[in-house]
Amino acid sequence: MAKVKRSPWLLHYDGSSCNGCDIEVLACLTPVYDAERFGIQNTGDPMQADILLITGGINAQNQAVVKQLYDQMPRPKVVVAVGVCACTGGVFKDTYNILGGADTTVPVDIYVPGCAARPQAIIDGIVKAVDLFQQHMDNHEEFLKNPDEYMKKNHPEVDFKKGE
Amino acid sequence: MTEILNPENKLEEINHEKLLRKVLVMKNNGMRLAQMCSAFVDGKYELSYSFADDETYELQTLRVIVEPDTAIPSITEIYPYAFFYENEINELFGVNVKFINNDYHKKLYRIDVEAPFAKKEDK
Amino acid sequence: MGKRSVVPFGPQHPVLPEPIHLDLVIEDEKIIEAIPSIGFVHRGLESLVDKKNYKEMMYIVERTCGICSFMHGMAYCEAVEDVMDVEVPDRGKYLRTIWSELSRMHSHLLWLGLLADGFGFESLFYQCWRLRESVLDVLELTTGGRCIFSVNKIGGVLKDLDDDMIKAILEAVSKVEVELEAIKKTFLFDYSVESRLKGVGVLTKQQAHDLGCAGPFARGSGLKLDMRLRGYDAYKDLDFEPIVSEDGDGYARCYVRTMEIFQSIDLIRQAISKLPKGDIAVDVKGNPNGEAFVRVEQPRGEAVYYVKGNGTLFLDRMRVRTPTFANLPGLVETLKGAQFADVPLLILAIDPCISCTER
Repeated sequence: MAKVKRSPWLLHYDGSSCNGCDIEVLACLTPVYDAERFGIQNTGDPMQADILLITGGINAQNQAVVKQLYDQMPRPKVVVAVGVCACTGGVFKDTYNILGGADTTVPVDIYVPGCAARPQAIIDGIVKAVDLFQQHMDNHEEFLKNPDEYMKKNHPEVDFKKGE
Repeated sequence: MTEILNPENKLEEINHEKLLRKVLVMKNNGMRLAQMCSAFVDGKYELSYSFADDETYELQTLRVIVEPDTAIPSITEIYPYAFFYENEINELFGVNVKFINNDYHKKLYRIDVEAPFAKKEDK
Repeated sequence: MGKRSVVPFGPQHPVLPEPIHLDLVIEDEKIIEAIPSIGFVHRGLESLVDKKNYKEMMYIVERTCGICSFMHGMAYCEAVEDVMDVEVPDRGKYLRTIWSELSRMHSHLLWLGLLADGFGFESLFYQCWRLRESVLDVLELTTGGRCIFSVNKIGGVLKDLDDDMIKAILEAVSKVEVELEAIKKTFLFDYSVESRLKGVGVLTKQQAHDLGCAGPFARGSGLKLDMRLRGYDAYKDLDFEPIVSEDGDGYARCYVRTMEIFQSIDLIRQAISKLPKGDIAVDVKGNPNGEAFVRVEQPRGEAVYYVKGNGTLFLDRMRVRTPTFANLPGLVETLKGAQFADVPLLILAIDPCISCTER
């Protein structure tokens, strides 16, 4: 892990998880595993969150909630799906009320496997998310410095002047 | 040594017209409504009303078997907290429960599927 | 009289680890009525009996809830064993008891931490969770899992304890006992904690009975209601007395749960000292035919399991009535007349387990 330049805020939302992953996520934030040493801070406010951590699958009721939380977060944002339910729907995939993993509703960047996901795996996912967030921010800064050159270099197919 | 209280569970099958009277007897005996559940077996609903006696740890169950279109009287007048159970069986099984206090009108869980537990043919 | 307004609370809320939604009708700062609406975690796992056979259902049932996972699995096994007339060997029963009590310890420590977080005592929250890790460590050592153990099977348990493991368990519970003594002082005698908990959300004994409450929530209101008195598993051979407090406020619930951790430690020691030798499981043949109701005491209270088999591999019906489902009416009652600022604390005080409730 490279030097951390920014301290992202982390928002945790429990989709339709069985609690197993939730308490492991919480355990990660407490002293024994202490994910906060990687510069992240837990928050309850989506408006200021950078990393969205979803546990559990998506069902008909919480789909709108997850979508709203995602939309409320400022860009750039990183989504981490924790546990097998958030990845694919897990053991509950066959029930009538589960639509599937978190990626049925929001774009997921990082998948953390496990039932329940172990704290070590969750920390690994968080570290990757911090890196990815950093990368997004670097790209954004580069874009702001010289938009023309950035778009030519990274997205030659997009005519972004025309799109304005 | 701790005194063990483990009497046999009792089960009594009754007609749905006698339900309210029987439930009232339970209430007067100081029983607590431990659970209410429904099962869909052979095209009929099997409703179980379990009452627990907290002194003797006895569990008495009233079993009501009804056809799908029969209306069941709500017991919320006798046990107000039964409304959670009744809304649940109303939503998940489609059992027709009449006059629930706090009727959620099949919006307790707000599921998209209608009465998912009542379909069992494709087993 | 102030103006009435409705404030939505949840599903995503900083103090709630799980989503629950309440519509609070408030008059100035006072709550007149609370209307719960659930369903954000509803998965419909009871419907899986059509697709998984009764042995595979074991894994589904354990995932009803990640905190009392072991006891869900155990209750389901006992219900199926009851239907099939299977007698679990004594050692299997004792092992189930030991793991149950370890689960109760970790669940109550978790709750104490969340409660501390709820009233803003951050360092106490961290202390409880740090202590909880030592319980999780022995659970991982003995079962291989931290949250979901999957050591139950119909007819017994899958893993045995050897002497090193028993030593590790005894060491861990002794460590928790010593450190919990220190934490207990803060929870029960600190004036700032008392000021947040005493007299908050009072539920009288009569109300608790009339609303069908269960578990530590009911015991905090003076009801001596503990399913372990039914003497399932090894509880028939152990000596214990349910912990009851008469006050019925937040402090009483905190007291009951704190003392239950000590009780669990005592029960684990008793069970280990009497641990019989022999088999841990018996083979099970055939399919369940018949029905059974089983009640067990989970960390949050009485859970009712109903299993109905029809002689095939697939059950007709499996139903779970979880403790939080029974406690929701009590929660609504305690919210009435409370201050708006106390709402998160009152919700936490019943130790809600939403994923249990909605299944």
